Amino acid sequence: MVAHDLKSALQEVCPQLQERETLDWPAFNCPIASLFVVVKTLRDNHDFDGLMDATAIDNGTEASPRFTVVYHLFSSKNHNYLRIAADCHDDESPSAPTLCPLFKSANWMERETYDLFGIRYEDHPDLRRILMWDEYPYHPLRKEFPLAGFEEELWDPEIAAETGTKVKPAPMAGGPFVARQSTFEGDREPIAKDESWNEANEKPE
Amino acid sequence: MPTDKAEYTAPDSGAKTAAAAQKFETEHLEMSMGPSHPSTHGVLRLNLELDGEIVKMCDPVLGYLHRGDEKIAENMTYNQFVPYTDRLDYLAPLANNAAYAMAVEKLANLEVPERCQAIRVLTTELARISAHLLGLGAYSMDVGALTVFMITFTEREKLYKLFEDLTGARFTTSYTRIGGVTRDMPDGWMDRVLTFCEEFLPLLDDVEALLARNRIWFDRTADVGVISKEDAVSYGLTGPNLRGSGVDVDLRRDAPYSGYESYEFEVPLGEKGDCYDRYAVRMEEMRQSVRIVRQAIDKMPEGPFYAEEATKIFAPNKGKILTSMEELIQNFMITTEGPDMPAGEVYFEAENPKGALGFYIVSKGGGVPYRLKIRGPSFNNLSILEKVCVGGMVSDIPAILGSLDFVMGECDR
Repeated sequence: MVAHDLKSALQEVCPQLQERETLDWPAFNCPIASLFVVVKTLRDNHDFDGLMDATAIDNGTEASPRFTVVYHLFSSKNHNYLRIAADCHDDESPSAPTLCPLFKSANWMERETYDLFGIRYEDHPDLRRILMWDEYPYHPLRKEFPLAGFEEELWDPEIAAETGTKVKPAPMAGGPFVARQSTFEGDREPIAKDESWNEANEKPE
Repeated sequence: MPTDKAEYTAPDSGAKTAAAAQKFETEHLEMSMGPSHPSTHGVLRLNLELDGEIVKMCDPVLGYLHRGDEKIAENMTYNQFVPYTDRLDYLAPLANNAAYAMAVEKLANLEVPERCQAIRVLTTELARISAHLLGLGAYSMDVGALTVFMITFTEREKLYKLFEDLTGARFTTSYTRIGGVTRDMPDGWMDRVLTFCEEFLPLLDDVEALLARNRIWFDRTADVGVISKEDAVSYGLTGPNLRGSGVDVDLRRDAPYSGYESYEFEVPLGEKGDCYDRYAVRMEEMRQSVRIVRQAIDKMPEGPFYAEEATKIFAPNKGKILTSMEELIQNFMITTEGPDMPAGEVYFEAENPKGALGFYIVSKGGGVPYRLKIRGPSFNNLSILEKVCVGGMVSDIPAILGSLDFVMGECDR
């Protein structure tokens, strides 16, 4: 089914549905309130029976709406993909409806998105962190989170009390040599992003 | 010793059982399996709740191998990320390299030459054989068939020798670049691959003879860990695990990429979706991979192995960099700023040994991705554990884990 037919079919359940810019598969922007019903229509009436990927994009700390949740659906009958994106309302504490009742694969992927972006999925049956440990306070894929990470308490208080060990930021002096998105036209060569310690300044203990 | 005979009244078994039940109330045992456990192949931990030997609840705990690959990708150019893809499914790095390169080429709308496509198909299929051999060896070792492990690892060693000849590394190959591969195949390499295929197929028959009608193997795997068609699709399973449940999806055939449409191969399917079916599917997939490898070598096209016209994407030939100003500048720009990419979004999935490895790339132009999401097939394949382990015995878990054939590198990313 071509994108145009799909769009008119979906606009019956959600009139505000818009096409999204894409380089490959049909993609739609949909208001977050009607995300669930749109995906349900796609699953029930248009053979999109697999949720392959659920993730989010942080559009930048200044941007509003800041967080966009993105879903990729796959049809095992027609072998095509579809992208659905929805902007989260609240930039401070974003939330999105869960798709767990529709796809069981949504469970873990939404837990991952919650873990890494801090997007709360309403009515999710088991919204815990999945990759980071439960007590971790940050959401690492947000744009303001530095590549090296922050110093943080160890996850095991017993070991921490015994040894005084902490989770330390990654040592980055001397590399990795990274290119920066915004400074391509600059006259400097790419340098290490974290310059807090290098050959001149000793590594803080 | 009681001496009074009155104590020995006729036993009332029913009352005795009731008294015993009152005295020894059964309670569920919580057990943590992993993260360092021989059958969790890596660092997977399962929080189990057991009633005797029956699994009542299974909660997988992930993240022990979380390295933040997606964050790292946002901070480097497209080509710099290639070595990180080796470490996703580290049992089939060549396949990951190719999948990543094809995703970025889709973003750049770049066609690579036919020879490059054929090399990628060839290496991907060799990687598939290598990954399935390891998966099968470890799987059979976990359920007690040690000999298979010896055979498959010997074969894998031969493959590693071939990979080393081709890429310079046995394990972390980093073979592709955006727009091509790092180097052409060395002289006589394809003949050595063909020799390997010759020797490999009889050994595969040996392995099958050891397992297929083996009573112990059959008892440990048949009707264990049954995954229904509906569950397999709903949990987002892909690859041999999905086909083991009888769902006929193979992206190489259904959404062909890198010229897969010109190869002849069959897609094996399971019937019941138990551990035995998943083993059988992998076994047949290796034979089909050999078939594809032979076809690829048979009609290996001549020509360049990288997209020569894409001067803003593929770094030029090393010899030219040292002799020509234009190429030197080009190489410098691509190394420091990254290839020149258009803005936009793409999602690409490739049929890797473990399943569909997907890359979702959001680009705002320039040489660095704004957001790169990796869909690791093992992540979804493992999410079904909470369902498939429950109701089975503890001793079924190694069989189920082995048959799902996951790798934590791409699960935790």
